[in-house]
Amino acid sequence: MFSKAYSAAIHGIDGLIVSVEADVSDGLPIFDMVGFLGSEVKEARERVKIALKNSGFRLPAKRITVNLSPADIRKEGTAFDLPVAIAILTALGYLPEENLKDVLIIGELSLNGSIRKVNGVLPLVYSAQQQGFTKCIVPKENAKEGAVVGKIETYGVSTLLEAVALLRGEHAAAPEYVDVDALFQNNKQEESIDFMDVAGQKAAKRAIEIAVSGMHNILMIGPPGSGKTMLARRIPTIMPELSFEESMEISKIYSIAGLLDQQGLILKRPFRSPHHTITTSALVGGGHTPRPGEISLAHQGVLFLDELPEFQMNTIEVLRQPLEDKVVTIARLQATYRYPAGFMVVAAMNPCNCGYYPDRNKCSCSVNQVKRYLSRISQPLLDRFDICIETLQMNYKELEAKTQEETSEEIRKRVSIARDMQLRRYQGQNIYFNSQLTPRTIKKFCKLNPKDRQLLEQAFIKMNLSARAYHRILKVARTIADLDQSEKIKSRHISEAICYRSLDQKYWGE
Amino acid sequence: MINEEYNYWLSNIDGIGPRKIELLRNTFGSAKEVFHASRKELIKRIEKTKREEPIRFFNSDIERVVNSRDEEKIHRDFSRLKEQGIQFVTKEDKEYPERLRPVDNAPFALYIKGKLPDNQQKAIAIVGARECTPYGMEITRYLAGALAREGVVILSGMARGIDSYAHIGALKAGGITCAVLGCGIDICYPRENDRLYLEIQKDGAVLSEYAPGIQPLAGNFPMRNRIISGLSDGILVIEAKERSGSLITVDMGLEQGKEIYALPGRITDSLSVGCNNLIKMGAKPITSAKDILEDLFANYKVTPISGNMNSLPSWLQPEEQLVCQCLGMEPLHLEVLCGKTGLPVNQLMEILLKLELQGMIRQPMKNYYVLDKTN
Repeated sequence: MFSKAYSAAIHGIDGLIVSVEADVSDGLPIFDMVGFLGSEVKEARERVKIALKNSGFRLPAKRITVNLSPADIRKEGTAFDLPVAIAILTALGYLPEENLKDVLIIGELSLNGSIRKVNGVLPLVYSAQQQGFTKCIVPKENAKEGAVVGKIETYGVSTLLEAVALLRGEHAAAPEYVDVDALFQNNKQEESIDFMDVAGQKAAKRAIEIAVSGMHNILMIGPPGSGKTMLARRIPTIMPELSFEESMEISKIYSIAGLLDQQGLILKRPFRSPHHTITTSALVGGGHTPRPGEISLAHQGVLFLDELPEFQMNTIEVLRQPLEDKVVTIARLQATYRYPAGFMVVAAMNPCNCGYYPDRNKCSCSVNQVKRYLSRISQPLLDRFDICIETLQMNYKELEAKTQEETSEEIRKRVSIARDMQLRRYQGQNIYFNSQLTPRTIKKFCKLNPKDRQLLEQAFIKMNLSARAYHRILKVARTIADLDQSEKIKSRHISEAICYRSLDQKYWGE
Repeated sequence: MINEEYNYWLSNIDGIGPRKIELLRNTFGSAKEVFHASRKELIKRIEKTKREEPIRFFNSDIERVVNSRDEEKIHRDFSRLKEQGIQFVTKEDKEYPERLRPVDNAPFALYIKGKLPDNQQKAIAIVGARECTPYGMEITRYLAGALAREGVVILSGMARGIDSYAHIGALKAGGITCAVLGCGIDICYPRENDRLYLEIQKDGAVLSEYAPGIQPLAGNFPMRNRIISGLSDGILVIEAKERSGSLITVDMGLEQGKEIYALPGRITDSLSVGCNNLIKMGAKPITSAKDILEDLFANYKVTPISGNMNSLPSWLQPEEQLVCQCLGMEPLHLEVLCGKTGLPVNQLMEILLKLELQGMIRQPMKNYYVLDKTN
């Protein structure tokens, strides 16, 4: 007898519906599985056989064939255990076949018949919902993840028998429910870190505000203990709150990576801080079966590269393409995978080996050593940082000062206004932030009046700036004007942008 | 071979330094005589001189003298000097700096690119640490500029740090400066000073006692210090650690009877220990260029501009005045300045750019500001 159940496989960050067909017919007693299977899917045979036996079902001595189609896409992962078992039980007549229609089944089986959690439930359920499925059966631990999708009934099951009962219609459990609105509401109150905690650092804070407003990448240079990490960690708190769509997109990536917690949705903007020993594939994603890397996990959030010069330079250089495209493409023989990678890079570094230059009482690095340290960062990479700011060590008095610092919420309000201005200006241009402006669009959107142009020109000559620096200064000036809610770029915006210019080759000394 | 070629040969024998050259010249009268003397003659006459004054001159030295007599090579090397525009000056020439003649162990020959200043012109040597502080760098530029503007020649060694800034300060002020190298005259060391190397030659000179091609060996540098101090009227030490190479220059200067000046510093700064010790021992502490100028020129009068460091032009706006008052020679970061002035960051940045374009202030490093005194 033939039967068909539905499951899904991960492809990039989307789910791909896979139909699991089972046929039981006369012949030699063989259990065969076909359909371009990865080794963990092939092993499902043993798990399913024994799990069925231990759940009280007897497999007859017949020829059982299971096919996973489309048969030309490689299937990976353990999520097919449960649908295979269900398809076989249906083929054997334990379950009515019509009950499997429009039901997505996902789950890994244990030998004793219990169901274990799998990765990627959210994108799988999401694509099922998109394709008109009405019900899905997922492992109990993944139930919340599935439920946040909405418009599809999600049932969490913990054993094979429970799943069978559910499909027979004997088990009248209510579908899992997650109040997404309440989640978003609650999220607003609980924020453990805030810009309020950072004493002083006015210039750095202002630079960060600008960077976030225009999604400019920012580089912070300063001695150890000057608050670089502290500042960076707080950057997500001033980014505009996540919308449901954004949250869904991020959650899908986290679900695939197996990093989604019980809540089922990612509600805060990600802050990823990979260690500097990270490999290229861990950073951008990859592997035999591609998985999203750190840059995709930082999607819609912040990728923090602490100790920038310590990173393998070829690792960092691969960031250049995703930074432009906001998406990373990984090509494999069978398919090309695209992971979203719209993140903001925040990098931090010391000014020299010992970290204290130009404080000569603490630093004894020679000028050459300092230059060598800085030159570890290539010019093309440096060009990706529109804003560069130095952080200073605060002295005790400043730390103890009782001045009330601005809260993240106040800063966020200004950032949102600046972002709205950008969205309005670039409507229909396929540009969302000032950082995405190209030399041609800069000409169009960053017009200066003759007097201000002259100021920029003078500064240009005086400070010996490069042509690249020129465009970066204009882009940043555009954002500063937006924060000022001014459509025109004025001289004060330019002056400020010049202070944030990226460091040139001749950064220190003469 | 012409006389100069003999001199060139004599000054370029391995292991034969100024003292031994002196001995040979005193014994034989001229380099030409030494060149043509037979080995036997050399041994005999040197033995005789040695009896009169005890000096080390071994048989191995005589071998060296004899073996280096390669006329063709000497001729070739010497004519190459001309092609490279290098002036070759020995004690026999009247171009040889008069100030060097009395110096103990003075070099017999000098290689010069550019033009040496007159013997009458006052000269100050400025020396100090390679790894200097931003403050030291600013002060050096300021003092070198102020002295050079009064016609004082600034001497230094073109090393990294203080030396370089001394040359830069003098050049920026349109003055004359000379660099004494510790390597062959055709080698620019450290390499990043290549522009400086050319700039100095325009009005001043680069000189060395080492023939072209000699590498910057560590041992050469203390030696060249005696030339720096010898050519000067006084030595100004900007920043020096407790044990610093600059103090060698000071020792030589003291032997030569030169005036020693030192920049006082905070007692906790390791780079000021050397200077403060010098002051304790009697060096003159320097708080403005005037302190040196009044020693150099008997009738020196303070002109209002160089005398007062703290007057600000009256055309500045009140906020600009405030910013200028907070700034000094110690580079201050934007952040610190923001705290000091109490101005909002964005307004401060606008003022700073304006002041910088007006030439009132300078950024020695990105977003660190100092008052610009070199203008």
